Amino acid sequence: MASNTLVSRRGAGSGRRTRRRDADQARPRTLISPAQLGRPRGKLVYWIVFALVAAGFTLVFLGPLYWMVTGGLKTTQEVVQSPPTAFPSSIHTENYSQAWTVMDLAQLLLNTLYYAFGALAFQLVLDVAAAYSLSKLRPVLGKAILGMMLATLMIPATVLVVPQYLTVLDVPIFERNLLNSPWAIWLPSVTNAFNIFLLKRFFDSIPGELLDAAAIDGASPLRTLRSIVLPISRPILGVVSIFAIVGVWKDFLWPMLTLPDPGKQTLNVGIYSLSNGVPQNVLIAALTIASVPTLLIFLLFQRNIMSGLTAGGLKG
Amino acid sequence: MSAPTLSTGKASAPPPGHHPRPTGPASAREEFVRALRRNVTAHGFLIGAVLCFSFFSWYPMVREFVLAFQKTENGETTWAGWSNLSYVFNDPAFWQAWRNTALFTVLALLLGFAVPFVVAVVLNEFRHAQGYLRLLVYLPVMLPPVASVLLFKYFYDPGYGLFNRILEFLHLPAQQWLQDPGTSMLSVVIASTWMNMGGATLIYLAALQGIPGELYEAAELDGAGLLRKIWHVTIPQTRLILSLLLLMQIIATMQVFTEPFLLTNGAGPEGSTTTVVYLIYQYAFNFNNYGGAAALGLLLLVVLAGFSAVYVRLSRSSED
Repeated sequence: MASNTLVSRRGAGSGRRTRRRDADQARPRTLISPAQLGRPRGKLVYWIVFALVAAGFTLVFLGPLYWMVTGGLKTTQEVVQSPPTAFPSSIHTENYSQAWTVMDLAQLLLNTLYYAFGALAFQLVLDVAAAYSLSKLRPVLGKAILGMMLATLMIPATVLVVPQYLTVLDVPIFERNLLNSPWAIWLPSVTNAFNIFLLKRFFDSIPGELLDAAAIDGASPLRTLRSIVLPISRPILGVVSIFAIVGVWKDFLWPMLTLPDPGKQTLNVGIYSLSNGVPQNVLIAALTIASVPTLLIFLLFQRNIMSGLTAGGLKG
Repeated sequence: MSAPTLSTGKASAPPPGHHPRPTGPASAREEFVRALRRNVTAHGFLIGAVLCFSFFSWYPMVREFVLAFQKTENGETTWAGWSNLSYVFNDPAFWQAWRNTALFTVLALLLGFAVPFVVAVVLNEFRHAQGYLRLLVYLPVMLPPVASVLLFKYFYDPGYGLFNRILEFLHLPAQQWLQDPGTSMLSVVIASTWMNMGGATLIYLAALQGIPGELYEAAELDGAGLLRKIWHVTIPQTRLILSLLLLMQIIATMQVFTEPFLLTNGAGPEGSTTTVVYLIYQYAFNFNNYGGAAALGLLLLVVLAGFSAVYVRLSRSSED
């Protein structure tokens, strides 16, 4: 279908699709020649290097996560014991329930979810509408507006933190103070020029005849967007959605500044500000709980995330 | 493809969107009304994003410039001229912050730029478990920063931390890591590299997979060994992406805040991990000196604008 050709254009598909392609045709030539690899010595070297790298990577990247999950099951003495133990000598699942109640993780999780999905909704509605308008409706001054949006990518984000914070304290014209309000997270999240750029590029690749046909049939621009553009754009919408959620989940400085009320904080800020007051093993359990949602998102949608990363337009 | 069916009444009455009516020449007035209507619709779609940009992006940009030349004392805002800048320049923390930021950037490039490239080159050769290894490298990127940072704090602990256990195992002297001004920045960079290298690695991998295999074959016919193939084929073929990522990383690392803030409370031992952005944070939110913060931000902007300009030129040439 149309959507398929539009995605695989980037050729960054990983996982099953690549594997199937491998079976159909020979694997593309890389640095080391197949002939060299075919020799017994080549095979031996390959497997040694492979085993070392695979073991090293598992240790370096999974090791800390393993330490975190099991650390949450240990007693305080065992966590700070030297040398450390590989397995908890006795399992203390109550650390997890204690972290849940003492640090009020349910509230923090709920807050973060609320901010993340709100930001997602705002970005999907406003950024998609803007990208659609700039790509297909082409208003007067559209180019200038797009240029001004892209120009914001050139300004280092941290430079704007102070004036943005002052704006949140007292929004001009509306004269509202958005401190401790979810709007302080949601509205600035819309100003993501990279999203608009990604979406616009995708919309640009949708043939104009398709939209013209809809227009001849009497569909309004909104109807065309809903019935034709959005269904085709599902893959790019998925990428943008994941990045929107992960972005809020990972942010630290901005929520720390704009949500000082402990009851309204995000996981990152809340855990950080409570980190000195709780026992180490409970804190580690809390870190594990805080890591689960984004890790789950990643494991479920890793193919979209991987292809979205390279869709940023570094190379066609 | 199911096109929407003709809707009745209201929707079909106005001239359809951006499609010119196929009938004879329209009067100039009709043409104008149609163009106006089309533009109103298009701007209607744009208005939400434009408002957000106006309030939270464009207006703060202007405000940043204004703030840098203003002073607020006792609730009264006055024109300050260059005094904010000279104040910032005369702060002893200023030069230290720039030195620290430069050190962080250089270390982060040595580690965060070279390591992902080497990792990508090695991974690209593997015929097995590539998906699994790719997943591993990207895993830390998905952790909330507090989790990774506090984990590393445990690993760095001079008493029971894993890193000193490893050094002990290798018969190397134990380190103070975050507590020693000599190693604190390196420790921050190591943690930061672990947290962030996934993105760069995946982009390199995608670039490596775009290299035509014939180039390697041709190089082999000319008698090139492994290193010469990397030097004469791999690097030239990925040079554009390498330089783009290099610039992106310079721009990103010079704005580092979260890692030193969480690992060493921002300043570190003897101010050894105070970065420029942390100084901006301190000016604004600890000393209530918004003018100084804005002036410092402006300086950072000027420095980074140079890198940004090169980046834009390079990425333009990549699109041709």
